[in-house]
Amino acid sequence: MLLQRLAGNDLFSSLRDMQRLQDSLNRFMSASAANSPSEFPLVNVWSSESGAIVRAEVPGIAPEDVDISLVHDTLTIRGSRKPEELKEGETRHRTERGHGQFTRSLQLPFGVEADQVEAKFSNGVLQITLPRSEAEKPRRISVVSES
Amino acid sequence: MANELMEMNKQEVVSPDNAEQTRPQKLYTPATDIYETQEQLIVLADMPGVKQDGVDITLEQNILTIYGHVDQPEFPGYSLTYAEYGMGSYRRVFALSNEIDREGIQASVKNGVLKLILPKSKRAMPRKISVKVEE
Repeated sequence: MLLQRLAGNDLFSSLRDMQRLQDSLNRFMSASAANSPSEFPLVNVWSSESGAIVRAEVPGIAPEDVDISLVHDTLTIRGSRKPEELKEGETRHRTERGHGQFTRSLQLPFGVEADQVEAKFSNGVLQITLPRSEAEKPRRISVVSES
Repeated sequence: MANELMEMNKQEVVSPDNAEQTRPQKLYTPATDIYETQEQLIVLADMPGVKQDGVDITLEQNILTIYGHVDQPEFPGYSLTYAEYGMGSYRRVFALSNEIDREGIQASVKNGVLKLILPKSKRAMPRKISVKVEE
């Protein structure tokens, strides 16, 4: 009976809003995918025979606050975004942007030439170029016919 | 539960009148923080990939539209093999109250975040009224 009273009432929707707020804060907070279903940053990967290009959106984060490391074929992007500091008397109307620490690891399907990896940062987008290691580049095998 | 996971991805703009864009580019709603100080309203919108000159801000009557253009990345010789997020421009519309001093609106972009400073008009600023004690 209590549920019937609450449904459609403001209380229910504000509870849902709080849940949503909690989720958006959690988005940035966890270190591994095992903790929460969401990850940050999301990545897009382009690939070719010569290697891969990884792009991630990290708005509001300065290049010096991002740490990129490569171990064998695993790329790890780490960083944090601080929340806006509000002074006394200031109020928040909307908080949709998350903040906190993040770690994202990607396992690449090939070995990488570590000293040729380049990372660029522009307008809040991180772009990492990962050339395939020479030994792993696909080799054309010519077919010789036996007659 | 599945719906909450969807929210983590960028949200596409849904136009109230179902008007489509003339160009076939995706349009996303930027995550935005808004907070209020004594004298201003501050709007921070995440628009990664937007350059300073790619921002368009218009104020019509009391409707504020923020638009950020994003160039689609091109990597000749490469193909997109894994995508977790969509790439496109950003747009969001806000209704401002009359308490904003339009002439003083400032906008800046840093690291893909648009910062809008909307100063409150003088009469909207809190004025302390002192209480006299009547003997």
